[in-house]
Amino acid sequence: MRLGNPRVARSVRSLVTVSLVGGLVSVAAAPAALAQEQDEKVTLRVALTQEIDHLNPFMAILQSSTGIGRVAFDYLTRYSAKDQEPIEGLATDWKTSDDNLTWTFQIRDNAKWSDGEKLTAEDIAYTYNLIMEDETAATANGSFVSSFEEVTAPNDTTLVIKTRTPQATMLALDIPIVPEHVWSKLDKVDDPKMDQPPIVSSGPFTITEFRPKEFVRLEANKDYWDGAPEIDGLDFVFYDNADGAVSALQNGEVDLVNRLTPAQYETLEGEDNIAVNKAQGRRFNELLMNPGAATKDGEPIGDGHPALRDVRVRQAIAKAIDPQALAERVMSGYAEPGSSVIPPVFEDYYWEPTEDQRWKFDPAQANRELDAAGYERGPDGIRQMPNGTPLEFRLLGHKGRAFDEQSASFIVEWLKKIGIKVTQEIVQDDQVNEMSSAGEFDLMFSGWGVNPDPDYILGLHRCSARPNAAGHGGTTDSFFCDQEYDRLYARQLAEQDETKRQEIVKQMQERLYEQAPMVVLDYDNALEAYRSDKFADFNVQPQPTGVIMEQNGNWGYYQAKPGDGGAEGGMPTGAWIAIGAVAIVAVAGGGIALRKRGKSVDDRE
Amino acid sequence: MSEVLTGAERKLDADDGGGGARGAGLVRFLLGKLGGALLSLAMVVVLGFLLFRMIPGDPVVTMTKGRPVSAEQLAELRERLGVDKPMWQQFIDYILGLFRGDLGTSYIFQRPVADLILERLWPTLLLVGVATALAIMLGLWFGIRAAWRRGSGFDKLSTGTALTLWSMPQFWMGLLLLIAFSGAFPSGGMRYPDTPPDFLSQSLDVAYHLVLPCLTLTAALYAQYLLVMRSSLLEEMNSEYLTTARAKGLRDDLVRRRHAVPNALLPTVTLVFLQFGMVLNGAVAVETVFSWPGLGLLTYEALSGPDLPVLQSTFLVLAAAVIFMNVLAELLYRILDPRVRAT
Repeated sequence: MRLGNPRVARSVRSLVTVSLVGGLVSVAAAPAALAQEQDEKVTLRVALTQEIDHLNPFMAILQSSTGIGRVAFDYLTRYSAKDQEPIEGLATDWKTSDDNLTWTFQIRDNAKWSDGEKLTAEDIAYTYNLIMEDETAATANGSFVSSFEEVTAPNDTTLVIKTRTPQATMLALDIPIVPEHVWSKLDKVDDPKMDQPPIVSSGPFTITEFRPKEFVRLEANKDYWDGAPEIDGLDFVFYDNADGAVSALQNGEVDLVNRLTPAQYETLEGEDNIAVNKAQGRRFNELLMNPGAATKDGEPIGDGHPALRDVRVRQAIAKAIDPQALAERVMSGYAEPGSSVIPPVFEDYYWEPTEDQRWKFDPAQANRELDAAGYERGPDGIRQMPNGTPLEFRLLGHKGRAFDEQSASFIVEWLKKIGIKVTQEIVQDDQVNEMSSAGEFDLMFSGWGVNPDPDYILGLHRCSARPNAAGHGGTTDSFFCDQEYDRLYARQLAEQDETKRQEIVKQMQERLYEQAPMVVLDYDNALEAYRSDKFADFNVQPQPTGVIMEQNGNWGYYQAKPGDGGAEGGMPTGAWIAIGAVAIVAVAGGGIALRKRGKSVDDRE
Repeated sequence: MSEVLTGAERKLDADDGGGGARGAGLVRFLLGKLGGALLSLAMVVVLGFLLFRMIPGDPVVTMTKGRPVSAEQLAELRERLGVDKPMWQQFIDYILGLFRGDLGTSYIFQRPVADLILERLWPTLLLVGVATALAIMLGLWFGIRAAWRRGSGFDKLSTGTALTLWSMPQFWMGLLLLIAFSGAFPSGGMRYPDTPPDFLSQSLDVAYHLVLPCLTLTAALYAQYLLVMRSSLLEEMNSEYLTTARAKGLRDDLVRRRHAVPNALLPTVTLVFLQFGMVLNGAVAVETVFSWPGLGLLTYEALSGPDLPVLQSTFLVLAAAVIFMNVLAELLYRILDPRVRAT
């Protein structure tokens, strides 16, 4: 910038400086303006720390996305908030044929799509048929319809599903229902259009805006058949790290966060205007013991230690491990000691070993049993198989996962006491996945989140869940294969009497516990926190010990109520102070710059 | 800043006058540079393809971990993604796709990679662009003054501060700022969901969210400009032409501004351009701390999977940016420095 006339030059420079300062001040003042524009609407702002892969309900896989699906869409049935029993959803009533192969659902006639069209049984039939016929549509929820023969809607309020084999899971169909009049016009199911609003749905909230990696906004559906939500809107705001989300909660930028670490939870516990929720979780951590990995056809694969094929060795290990200590010392008490693969939060299916059955922490007893089984200690104190192979196991775990990293040293110490040497192999997730599906491990940390219906988690331990000859297609968790267990699995799947099914499910857990292809180490608590100055206590599932977010339902969001204090929107006080400070600095800085500029121009003359 | 550049421009105007015969040389020079760039790019394509296939892990297993899938679904998925094909065929598919401008489809997002990259490109350009511009201004300003008053308290303080900030891990500095300014600035993200949709409100909101991540990145980046500017100016300061200039009776200020700085600018210009190539790399650490929806984050996320199409594409885009900026720097060098042109 070189201008002939120094006077012009000076005024131009002044102008530039002033506008710079002005810009800074207005940036700082922006939130104030924004805050004033906020109206009286009550919006629940939820922090998400997980990516959203899709809003398209056929493609959405990640927990964060399916969670949003649960508030936007309706399902055939719902799980009650109280005890997670199936209750009415779009279906108001249902009955089965005598052979248990035909299910007839009565569909409500007061459900509407967000575009005003009426929701009918045809929409449900269309949704299920699409998943049955289109591979892409089966991406997220294909497993639910795998035994369906035919789905029809004889009229607007009747849905008939015929299955090839009796299914006990017919009231647990977690499939979001989509409108036929929208989807039938698409060329392909994964059309990117379906990830962007307007997304026509029928749930208690409607998705109005989606910015990938930033936020998803939903608006209350005032015409919802089960009653309008008490709040006006629901925002899911993305945070890339939990510390950011916690800080946002403290500053009042969001109202609800979950997946807290014990340390974060304890920090928030004492703060004003913030309430915490320590809930029984659906997740467990386990230590797998390779019982002899093999393919579906029984062809051995991998390089698991031969001694672990001996059930006596696995049982001895189970007795040398103290889940209580892990829950207290690794999880700081925010976990319950584990036993079976179905967490106690699902009380109908949860099985607890009797005092005689339970593997009690007793290294001396474990030592005696290994002695008796013929695993004698070598000169270095490490036990050997009768053929001289030492009991040296690798322990595979996920790098960066605190539970694995911290528990590993406990396991190493405990097993050392019973003459077993353990080497830690804490590696990247991908490598863990690759090695575990190839059966290349001895001991390994794993963990699962469990659904209200136990079918899936139990199915993971069937012989047929193991991979095919090419090493692909396996869904197995433990490489466990036991005829007795598989027989029980088939029986529970076909059992229509709920009480009887629960009984069989418990027998399966007992069998799994006794055969010990794994030791369930703990059930993690789900740690959540929310702004108690803005929202009343949330409706947890199950009551009274359950979660607000990541429910098997939408009760937490759908039945959210503004608190008594009144939702006071707008900026936290700290922000006003900062705005003031920035403005003062900007003005002062600008003034100095102006003076200096003025001088230097004069000097040059 | 403006004076500094003006000085350089004026000098150029004065020098740029002779030589139509150099036209042929220029064309040869251009072709050589472009050819080299294309060759590098081709190597990047091959390397990117092979490199990421060495990461352990089966994308299909990662994608389906922890949810109900049947063996048939796994097989279908494998076929749909094309991971069951032999490596050479995947490579040919990839190359053919590139010629059609198709970067492939992300495994995780099931969306075209090009869309994903474009979506994340602007936030990154904004963040790193603003931070780099600020860092250059700060770095040059402090660098020039530190060199001019070498050994003074100002020199020691400014160089020391810059080096300290430069040595700090970015994520740590980010977290410190996040804690220190907690409440005054947003805890993360690029805008609030309830901001009115008009342009002004949106821009202000984005600017408000930009403050902390930008501050972190600027603090981390400006030291290198400061150091390069300082050392190249120090080299110039012993030159005889400065003595001449002083002998002419010019004030110290003008000697620095009109004579020393333009000559010392060259290494800094190179650095600026090389750094700009890295802009697309984003700032993974800063983007993660402040949940900034940028490209660095996308790359980082794609590593767990591995989401091969995303990885090889971001690698390609990043490498292409560096190569392009390199070529541009060399061209600009020719314009800026008559000595380069003469050879």
